[in-house]
Amino acid sequence: MNNSPYILAPASVTAVMLKVLAALLPGIAVYVWIFGPGLLVQIVLATLTALAAEAAMLAARGRAPGRFLADGSAIVTAWLIALTFPPIVPWWITVGGTAFAIVVAKHLYGGLGQNPFNPAMAGYAVMIVAFPALMSQWPAEGLTAATQIGLIFGAERALDAITAATALDALRTGLHENAATATVAGVMGASPAFGHIAGHGWEWIAAAYLAGGLYLLQQRLITWHIPLALLAGLALTALPFWLADPAHYASPLFHLCGGASLLGAFFIATDPVSGATTPRGKLIYAAGIGLITWFIRTFGAYPDGIAFATLLMNICVPFIDMKTQPPVFGRKDGR
Amino acid sequence: MNALRKLFGFHGGVKPAPNKDLSTREPIAQIALPERFVVPLHQSVGGTPRPLVAPGAQVQKGQRIGAADGNVSAAVHAPTSGTVLAVEPRIMAHPSGLAGPAVVIAPDGLDTACERDPFLWRSAKPDEVRDFLRDAGVVGLGGAVFPSHLKLRAGREHPMQTLVINGAECEPFITCDDMLMRERATGIVRGAAIMGELMQPREVLIGIEDNKPQAVAAMRAAVQAAGVRGMEVVVVPTRYPAGGAKQLIRVLTGIEVPHGTRSTDFGVQCFNTGTAYAIWQALEQGMPLISRIVTVAGNVARPRNFEVRIGTPLAQLFEAAQALPDTERYIMGGPMMGFRLPDLAAPVQKATNCLLAGSPALFPPPPPEMPCIRCGDCAKVCPADLQPFELYWFARAHNYGKAQEYSLFDCIECGCCSYVCPSRIPLVDYYRYAKSEIWARERDKASADGARTRYEARLARAERDKLEKAAKLAAKTAAGRQKAEQAMAGGAAAAPGEAAADPKKALIEAAMERARAQREAAQPKNVEGLSAAQQAEISKAEARRELARQMADNKEVPPE
Amino acid sequence: MLTALIVMAVLGLVLGAALGFASVKFKVEGDPLVEKIDAILPQTQCGQCGFPGCKPYATAIAKGEAEINQCPPGGDEGIRKLADLLGREYKPLNSEHGSEKPKAVALIDENVCIGCTLCLQACPVDAIIGAAKQMHTVVVPLCTGCELCVAPCPVDCISMEVLPENVETWKWKYPVFRLQPTTERKAA
Repeated sequence: MNNSPYILAPASVTAVMLKVLAALLPGIAVYVWIFGPGLLVQIVLATLTALAAEAAMLAARGRAPGRFLADGSAIVTAWLIALTFPPIVPWWITVGGTAFAIVVAKHLYGGLGQNPFNPAMAGYAVMIVAFPALMSQWPAEGLTAATQIGLIFGAERALDAITAATALDALRTGLHENAATATVAGVMGASPAFGHIAGHGWEWIAAAYLAGGLYLLQQRLITWHIPLALLAGLALTALPFWLADPAHYASPLFHLCGGASLLGAFFIATDPVSGATTPRGKLIYAAGIGLITWFIRTFGAYPDGIAFATLLMNICVPFIDMKTQPPVFGRKDGR
Repeated sequence: MNALRKLFGFHGGVKPAPNKDLSTREPIAQIALPERFVVPLHQSVGGTPRPLVAPGAQVQKGQRIGAADGNVSAAVHAPTSGTVLAVEPRIMAHPSGLAGPAVVIAPDGLDTACERDPFLWRSAKPDEVRDFLRDAGVVGLGGAVFPSHLKLRAGREHPMQTLVINGAECEPFITCDDMLMRERATGIVRGAAIMGELMQPREVLIGIEDNKPQAVAAMRAAVQAAGVRGMEVVVVPTRYPAGGAKQLIRVLTGIEVPHGTRSTDFGVQCFNTGTAYAIWQALEQGMPLISRIVTVAGNVARPRNFEVRIGTPLAQLFEAAQALPDTERYIMGGPMMGFRLPDLAAPVQKATNCLLAGSPALFPPPPPEMPCIRCGDCAKVCPADLQPFELYWFARAHNYGKAQEYSLFDCIECGCCSYVCPSRIPLVDYYRYAKSEIWARERDKASADGARTRYEARLARAERDKLEKAAKLAAKTAAGRQKAEQAMAGGAAAAPGEAAADPKKALIEAAMERARAQREAAQPKNVEGLSAAQQAEISKAEARRELARQMADNKEVPPE
Repeated sequence: MLTALIVMAVLGLVLGAALGFASVKFKVEGDPLVEKIDAILPQTQCGQCGFPGCKPYATAIAKGEAEINQCPPGGDEGIRKLADLLGREYKPLNSEHGSEKPKAVALIDENVCIGCTLCLQACPVDAIIGAAKQMHTVVVPLCTGCELCVAPCPVDCISMEVLPENVETWKWKYPVFRLQPTTERKAA
């Protein structure tokens, strides 16, 4: 029989994970509305893979599968993978990335609560390093549902007709190809990938992620530290470059609304298992992600930097946490 | 006035359902004298009191039966008049379920109080008042049972600013302080005034949570009636654990008293309302601490508060409150910090503030433990500003050094972290485990250090003995040599060269001569009336001895 | 070629001098390693390790002349601590030296004691008091449970009694870790 406390607040890991999934719904809805139903197929694929991999690993590790499958953590990982991968990647990329995330990044490190790296981001990183071309193709405007599903399940890829680069990618490629003459404004005006602020339609997806993130804040599942510090780290790094040379550097607003910035700020970096936990540590950790993201986006070879930035800062978490232990009661002035 | 006072917050805390209404519907009831009292001797922090009575002795109500052992201890008294049946180990109200020394008393039903001279505390020296309180057995009744006389001393370097009277009573179900304040506010206020006289603070603040309006009203009226200057009832927001001494001090004064320091060093001190009442009873009514208010609640038909004599078996209280048949466990203390009672034969102690009957419906068993996901909810609610999940990792891995580095001993075991943990980890159990392991190691270390010191002292003593013996021997040898030289110089003219050349030989010979004379002088004892067989044994032994002697002689005589 | 040689030689000399200077300047007084090992040993002075006391055993360990698994009173935890301190491989307790037992203390049956003082002389930590022809008794809090007094007693009046847990020494148990392996695994 248990010891005190004998009363417990209603809380469970499952409830936490379900709330995270609920907070992702607005983002998914807007995403599907803009890019078509390819994402839904990817979500189903990733979820099934994640549950299967989780069940297999739990069985292999001799844990009760029912209880741990019900915790929902594998589904959160699956959805984040589906949301960060392009919606028209072949099915085996989604399945492979998810399986890697669950089997290697999560269970080989000891399962729930033990993984030093964000599993979804580890899966993303592996896949983009292995298949950079496929992982950079985003559906072109007005691609029908049938075409998207066909692409996922192996139809021939007539690249230019069906796919496009993301805004981040297009901007960098545009700037690099005509390094002498191109400007941000010129590139943005020339390509259909761009909308008013960043990528076409991405503003709306970003807004939906923001809504979900605010719900998480209201539910006290996350604190303000990580989202704010990440976005501030990203915007404040972008600001001086943009002010100095607006022709060659994207605006802070472009960075905030482009790519996976808001998804990262509210749903990826806030993963408590692999992230920093002390208040000051969270600020350092998230600001570091924002900073590294900007550098990778601006000078790197990959379309987005959130995944690599998160993984890099994951490495630093134990050190950050150790050095930012808050003072205990009565010792605030260093007594 | 109260509106003007600035209150401070404390970090963390939780808001569990208070469940206090049921046990406050009826006034405090008296519990009948039980058939047997079992008065534990060890009821407070510090040394176990020495028993002053032997089996067969007649005692009277309020008679001291256990004397404080040293200054960090408090006396124990007979709860009624009667006969001492035994002084023996009895099962205690302690999570271990182990026995501790206790005085068993059979009441005579007369309840005769023992005569005592009134103690004029106003004209007594502060030290005398403190000694009197120690001998009256007054200890903190909030649950920590720290001897009160030790806390009634102002800090040497810091003048007393604030005396806090703790009527917050933040833990669910517990209402003993609430009812005491409602019904006996005058006694509490007078007790607080006495403490004020002893400590001379600038203000006396009585902190009460805002879910006890009746207690607040009663206390305000009593303060006004008593007209004590600088005393004020302050309503604090309801949030567990606002009733922790350090948390309440923080809320009322903004001062944080760190672990391991005395609050008087910061100019504040905190007493429970029940303690204030007990001090008043001891000093002005002449009644030592032999009873207290106990809340009996939970899975009972008639939850209420009882005034109970210390030493009453717990079963009697659950009977009085009519515990329901589906009760599967009995708890002492509240649902956040209490512990399961191993046996209802254990007696009420000074620390017993609340008794809960628990059923699976009331206190459902926790869902299975899941791995920690480092969500940090525990850190958000920790009133000691700790990182409970880090402590959990270290305690689970038996890494006690790291746990202490992360301030394990600042943990007050309030249970907030376990209360909110979504993984349902019994976090406090890990801290209790780690703390008791560390204490055990410290005890072992202390005894090992003591053993090393004594062992080294013993070795040093052996060494010194050896040296002393050698020195004595050397002195003796020198003296003997001198004697031999003198003898030779006087008589042995015939062979002066030989003797002078080898004075050692002369010495040895002299010694052997002495030994031989001694042996011959020694007479066997107990030789009358021996049987023939014994005689034969003896002569055999004598023969062996003779042989040995000859051999030794031959060896010792150097060959010419 | 020549310059390289000269550079290397000069470098060697400078570093050698620095090392020599450091060894003089930062010379360690005594042998702190022995002290550290001794601090881990339980100080029962029982001699089960084969050395006449804890300090000699500590010295032997420091010199590499003794294994770290020869101390039964220190038990498994003691061996782990020694392994940790010395960077040696953990080994289970060598059963030649005895087995780990719960802590016990010596008790003298005072009716039988003849006052021979032999146990007084045997006790390494002066935990027995008495005098010739007087009854002896063990000061329980000082007794380390080394059992060295048991053998010398000519009338066999000393017994070892395991100390029962009391309210003060009682410990909270390690919380039961409820992540049990599944039954299939157990069967396998």
